[in-house]
Amino acid sequence: MFSLKQNSWFIRKVVIWRAVASIAWSVLLLPVTTAVFVLLSRFSLFHPIQWISDCTSLLAASSTIFSLVVLCGVVLITGFFNLEFYTLVPSIPCSRMALLGTVLHPRQCVHSLVYCTMGMLVMWCASVTIGGRYSTLGTTCRQSESGEVVTCLNEYHLFILLAGAFMGYSHSFLGVVQNMYYVSFQPIQQYKYPRFKGCLPMVVKCSVIQALYSARNFAAFYFFFGYAPKTWISSTLNLQIDSSLQPLDSLTGLLDLSLLYHLSISGTFLYLTWYLTVLLFRIYVTEAYSFPVQSTFTEDAEQSLPKVLAEKNTLVMKFLALQDLALLSQHSLSRRLEVFSLSQPGGHAHNWNAISRECLSLLSELTQRLVAHQDAVASNGRVKSQSASSDTRSASSSSSVVSGTEDIAETPRLSVPLRTPGSVFKSSVGGANSALTAPFTPDVDSPFSSPAIRRLVGQQDPQSPCFGTVQSPHIMRRGPKPWSASTESQSSGSPPASPATVPSPPAASQKPSFLAQWLQNRREQVKSFLAKRVLIMYLFNKLPEASSQALFADSQAHIWALQGLSHLVAASFSEDQFGVVQTTLPNILSCLVVLLEAVDRHFKLPHASSKPVRTICSMGDSTYKTLRFLLRAVLKTTIYKITTTFGEHLNAVNISTEHRKRLQQFLEFKD
Amino acid sequence: MFPSPVHIYTDGSDAEDHVSSAFVIRHQKKRNIHHQTQLSLAANAIILAGVVCVWLQPCDLPSPQFTRDTLKGHSRPESSSRSAFLDQRDTLWMRSAGAWRDAGLYGLLDEITNSAEEVPRFLAVGSACVLALLRWASSFHGSLFPHLTLSSDEMVAEFSQMLDWSDSALRSFAWHPHTDKFAVALLDDSIRIYKSNSSATPTLKHRCQRSVCALQWKPLCGSALAVACQSCLLIWHVDPTSLSTRPSSGCAQVLSHPGHSPITSIAWSPTGSLLVSASPVDTGMMVWDVAAESAVPLQRVGGGGVTYLSWSPDGSRLLAATPSALFRVWETRMWTCERWPCLKGSCQSACWSPDGGCLLLSMQGERVIYALTFSDLTGGSKAASVVADLSETSFPGPDGDLTVGGEVCSLSWDPRGERLAVLLKGDSQAVNHPSVIAVFKTRSSPVFELLPCGFVMGEAGAEPRFMQFHPHFQHGALLTVCWSDGRISHVPFYFSSAGLLGGDSPQQALASNTADHSSNKLYTEQIS
Repeated sequence: MFSLKQNSWFIRKVVIWRAVASIAWSVLLLPVTTAVFVLLSRFSLFHPIQWISDCTSLLAASSTIFSLVVLCGVVLITGFFNLEFYTLVPSIPCSRMALLGTVLHPRQCVHSLVYCTMGMLVMWCASVTIGGRYSTLGTTCRQSESGEVVTCLNEYHLFILLAGAFMGYSHSFLGVVQNMYYVSFQPIQQYKYPRFKGCLPMVVKCSVIQALYSARNFAAFYFFFGYAPKTWISSTLNLQIDSSLQPLDSLTGLLDLSLLYHLSISGTFLYLTWYLTVLLFRIYVTEAYSFPVQSTFTEDAEQSLPKVLAEKNTLVMKFLALQDLALLSQHSLSRRLEVFSLSQPGGHAHNWNAISRECLSLLSELTQRLVAHQDAVASNGRVKSQSASSDTRSASSSSSVVSGTEDIAETPRLSVPLRTPGSVFKSSVGGANSALTAPFTPDVDSPFSSPAIRRLVGQQDPQSPCFGTVQSPHIMRRGPKPWSASTESQSSGSPPASPATVPSPPAASQKPSFLAQWLQNRREQVKSFLAKRVLIMYLFNKLPEASSQALFADSQAHIWALQGLSHLVAASFSEDQFGVVQTTLPNILSCLVVLLEAVDRHFKLPHASSKPVRTICSMGDSTYKTLRFLLRAVLKTTIYKITTTFGEHLNAVNISTEHRKRLQQFLEFKD
Repeated sequence: MFPSPVHIYTDGSDAEDHVSSAFVIRHQKKRNIHHQTQLSLAANAIILAGVVCVWLQPCDLPSPQFTRDTLKGHSRPESSSRSAFLDQRDTLWMRSAGAWRDAGLYGLLDEITNSAEEVPRFLAVGSACVLALLRWASSFHGSLFPHLTLSSDEMVAEFSQMLDWSDSALRSFAWHPHTDKFAVALLDDSIRIYKSNSSATPTLKHRCQRSVCALQWKPLCGSALAVACQSCLLIWHVDPTSLSTRPSSGCAQVLSHPGHSPITSIAWSPTGSLLVSASPVDTGMMVWDVAAESAVPLQRVGGGGVTYLSWSPDGSRLLAATPSALFRVWETRMWTCERWPCLKGSCQSACWSPDGGCLLLSMQGERVIYALTFSDLTGGSKAASVVADLSETSFPGPDGDLTVGGEVCSLSWDPRGERLAVLLKGDSQAVNHPSVIAVFKTRSSPVFELLPCGFVMGEAGAEPRFMQFHPHFQHGALLTVCWSDGRISHVPFYFSSAGLLGGDSPQQALASNTADHSSNKLYTEQIS
């Protein structure tokens, strides 16, 4: 199914091996965590010697070995999912509806199902390890009236298994909500072992907290709905229900301290196994990789830094190359000299030119993205050309529910390559999409369409669907909103006459017929009707910061490009023998100033400068929420670095007067 | 107005010094002290040139004075203000919740133990036992690391770079690395920012700004000022173009991490991208990504905390001193550290040479300066060498003999690497043994040299508390000193650079060569 041949050399040679190493370490850590779990689960305060001897004998028992094998399988699958799902650019849902769409997406459903199963497996291992009353699903019991011995359902075992499934689902669910698969890069470089050691307390804390929350939620869940699975299991497996025991879906049954202790301990064990795998994967993938600046042999030419930077398809390679650029510009004199060197026959500054061109194109792309977003906001979402017109939509769009206030301001995003998700096996799924996804993904531009769907459909993901204005009902009412024809007809309840008569929204060129007029009015009525419904507004209103976050979602790349440029340019003042940097200095300066203006203007938009709420402890990484602040700070530092290094010499650089004025402020430290 | 400061020339010296201060002592003899040869004050013939009661102000840098009377600190800590109010009995639940919120587990246990008549007996006895156990454990911990028994304020006073911190009207001082402005933290927990050529002095106040222990401006930035407070770290963004005298507390970012307070030292990386903070109670130092408000803890257990941080000017190394006889030098590429155990006493103060290759250190209670060299090629020195011995020596002075020398409290190296100022603690009991700042000429290549240059003393009764060199003084070096009487004064050293040494940028050295001293706007002011 997965053809590795299509992937670039980097994924084949580096990423896969890093993932394998991380999985190997997680497997090696399993006996340790299992031993700790055994010690804690059998803990008895008053018989310490017996406790220790019990545990040692249990650790050597065959059942534990078998559990370990099962757990290894679970870790392998988790590691595989990490490799498959990880992303360097988080997907940011812009409304609650979009989030709901992501959660209900088939791919996500498969993910949840697998995690439920894995959760049950781990909890089965845990219950076998704890032993005692938890060990088997069936127990012998004596019926009260007849006195004969029958096999009864062991509700404790069932309880623990269901808890595993519950925790598996909540892990999968929170993985979407908190962007668990988003891999962020640390601001400082550390070796893998110190980094793991430093993160370990945090991971243990997170898993304990998460397990306690899940245990509480599951207890409540079981209290209300526990009856159903219990009767179902007992009827299908033909097990009696022991009436002499207290049923667990009652208050007195749940207030069993030992049960809750074991539940939270096994939950912690479960989460810890998964989180450790995620943590090790993150540490391995984000490890710096050193690309050669200049390849010695022609067959290695594609692995050299300038070539790799220009690469569009492998996102992880591009990110690591930019990181390497930022690091070499700061720390490595010899590699900087290679960047500034001239090609041997010919004397061209190929290295510097390629690197600076790539960095500048990244930055100017961000500038254009910001400017386009500001234009879209300034025109109140009145976007002139609705280029992705509705004619491309498939006929199955009738299944799309209300697409509500979703306005698709077509912000031109030139970063198509950067938006491609960083998954390894991305291209392989494209073939089978039409049959698989047609019933689920009716409308690519509907709020249900997450980047994940777009990928499945094989369409390149042009934007997150949240650029545009921050919605409020009255803005919506006066703006000629590009409501997609199919959804509107669906929600208004009137069946569409035919696809041909439904006008595409920006039908300015066509003459407005009576029918179109009438439809327009109806549309307005429906919109104002829907806008008054609280639930619908709740679901479809844009999350305030989301558009800002989505604009800067991949800004880590820009930050490294800025850092790399600033340090290289500053170093060139004394290290650049041939003056190769001088030729590009005007370009760099004007690019930086233009970007600074765009960023400054972006921060004047509503909600752009509001800080996100800090999450206390979660495994999901929320670094992407503050990337825009980081980008602004790094951008200013970059300009300051260049101006302080060059000082008065900047007056000799050929740039426009406005830009010079702006730089003068930096020279005087007035910005 | 007096026309000009006294010019004194040293014979045989390649540079010319115009030192002016309250008290100037000059050397006549030049002696090259090489690396590892000890320098002692007594070994040099020093004569007293004269007493110059002239305060000289280079450029027009403001030199404000603050007295304790005009500044009113918050008189009592928050917890003791409770006695001013009528005692009202809450329910046990309310009190327990309040105690938990105010003082954590200790407070809760204390509250339960104290209200023994309201709670079940087993609970009171149990909490008393747990409390006793906790106290015993913490006292054991405290016996390992004595500084942990100090209160928060005492700890700040102990580890602050400002000497006699709790008594001083000035709490901290920081020059901006690129412009002529500085920030002063005062006794009343406010911070004032002074600029040259500007009468506006913005005052920064914030709810969380308590017991300021350290200040540092962000390099490569016009506005950001990091403030180490008792409970958190504040990052002020003071717009340099704004005329407002009272920036709102909305301009400040609050960075805090549980268990990481009080913060006694902060250090920005020279590229301005990272901020490191240290607390004596936390064994990990925090590497902050300020814009993202996230921190990476770098944990090393030995030492029991981190008290002082100093980033080398080239950004490649970071010194982290602990309260125990141990300090670490981190390399900032992969963030690994070297451990440097000391014989006795913790590291009190340190300064880096401008190229980051040499580190001078002073230890608590010792009267010598140690040097460590670092090199990427050879790995640097294996042991710290003593480069200067600053034991007590007497000199003939105008009012009888003057004893100079003592514990080295603070070290500061000018950004060109040509002057080193050393704050020597005096003896308050003795008559003629004040605290002085000894200034040395330094040279780092071809071999490390340290030549005595002079002393800086205050007026009668004023002792130096803190000193820092101006980061980019054009015509030499400018030492700013905070005195015990609340005065801030600037002591310039005019010299032309003796060869283009150090890691300075060429333009700066060029500027100092061509500087015309007579065109400088110098004026003097009589001190009565």
